[in-house]
Amino acid sequence: MIAILDYGAGNLTSVRLALNHLGAETLLAASASDAAHADKIIFPGVGSAASGMQGLRARKFDALLADAFAAGKPVLSICLGMQMLFDTSEEDGGIDALGLIPGVIRKFAFADFDVKVPHIGWNTVEHDAKHPLWRNIPSGTAFYFVHSYYASTANASDAAGSTEYAGCRFTSVVAKNNFFATQFHPERSGKAGMTLLKNFLEWEAPKCC
Amino acid sequence: MLLKRLIVCLDVRDRKVTKGVRFCGNVDLGDPVEMAKLYSADGADELVFYDITASAENRPIDLDMVRRTAENIFIPFTVGGGIRNVGDMRAALLAGADKVSLNSLAVRHPEVLTMGAKAFGSQCVVLGMDVRRNPDFASGYQVVTCGGRCPENLDALDWAQRAVALGAGEICLNAIDTDGVCQGYEMTITRLIAQAVRVPVIASGGAGKVDDLAEVLTVGKASAALVASMVHTGGFTCRGIKEELAARHLPVRLM
Repeated sequence: MIAILDYGAGNLTSVRLALNHLGAETLLAASASDAAHADKIIFPGVGSAASGMQGLRARKFDALLADAFAAGKPVLSICLGMQMLFDTSEEDGGIDALGLIPGVIRKFAFADFDVKVPHIGWNTVEHDAKHPLWRNIPSGTAFYFVHSYYASTANASDAAGSTEYAGCRFTSVVAKNNFFATQFHPERSGKAGMTLLKNFLEWEAPKCC
Repeated sequence: MLLKRLIVCLDVRDRKVTKGVRFCGNVDLGDPVEMAKLYSADGADELVFYDITASAENRPIDLDMVRRTAENIFIPFTVGGGIRNVGDMRAALLAGADKVSLNSLAVRHPEVLTMGAKAFGSQCVVLGMDVRRNPDFASGYQVVTCGGRCPENLDALDWAQRAVALGAGEICLNAIDTDGVCQGYEMTITRLIAQAVRVPVIASGGAGKVDDLAEVLTVGKASAALVASMVHTGGFTCRGIKEELAARHLPVRLM
């Protein structure tokens, strides 16, 4: 059973349908107790960091994720879900996030009006590390992105993939023990995204520490 | 590197995909969900569904079709036509659509752009704009609504900038003079708007050959090119179009 964390941050329909299409049983978890017995967790999210963190704390998902991290339960974080794993975010005037992955979330800042923000569309992801979730996905494969903020990792060893946008190269995928997180939306990334989700379903994550 | 998008547009009427010329003389082409699956497998980067008679018949968008599409394709898709308020937007997004395109409604009630952006994020809010050449307007182009039937006292460039300020996250710019004629996109207004707003502009209306797409994605500064006739009836495939764009050194997603 895969628990999809529902904390009021965006629409979970597409990620649920994508996992169901791959044959996974899914549960939309509205509280930490709903998700506690799941084999794996999907931590999705669209929207603002401040309201996302508020929604997470109200449902005690912050503790659930910290427990999952320590227990070695596989977690796939997507988009805002990835950003909230870091220490802090510049969004909403600066907020504290979950602090499970060292680093900060910054806003794209471009002087050139031709550079669109948000960064919307298909962009390529170059692998920074080998990982079981990259199985059958070559480095340089395109995925679908929609975001205005990006991750800056404190430890290069946490980066599993990176992407370049208008001269700014940022960490688009982080992997740490049993956590794997993507800035892009695998559930909207066609065949490549479905391959990544399938790899997650088959993944036996390493235990922490 | 961010890639240029190829978007396939499916105009839907009575649960069938249809295509006309300059918004008239439509012929039926097939089942929208089956066609969506084919185009997705063929390499389309995104799909757009317009329920072209929902507005005129004053009925909501066909949510069953949205649901069946979401169960079967896993690339972004936008729906438009028949969106009457934020409640309709919510229903379309919960049924599985990624974005909602607002056209006539946004002109009548611009505040819906702000309400939609606040409720769902501006990435869900696409401004659909139909424009027609008219030298009486400052940019040389006038906004028209009701599927081309109602001319508005709105300058195309002014409206685009205002809509983005209100909350639109993307603009799908359709030029009626060139729609379905396959003689090329309307380059002037596409470039004008793409250079004046911070959000991506999708060029629509007029593609007949790969050079037309290449031109609008470079000279026209569009982030994405929308096609309909070319792939529905023109003998082109998405894969073929993208291979030719790649041969012209445009960055595209090849599968």
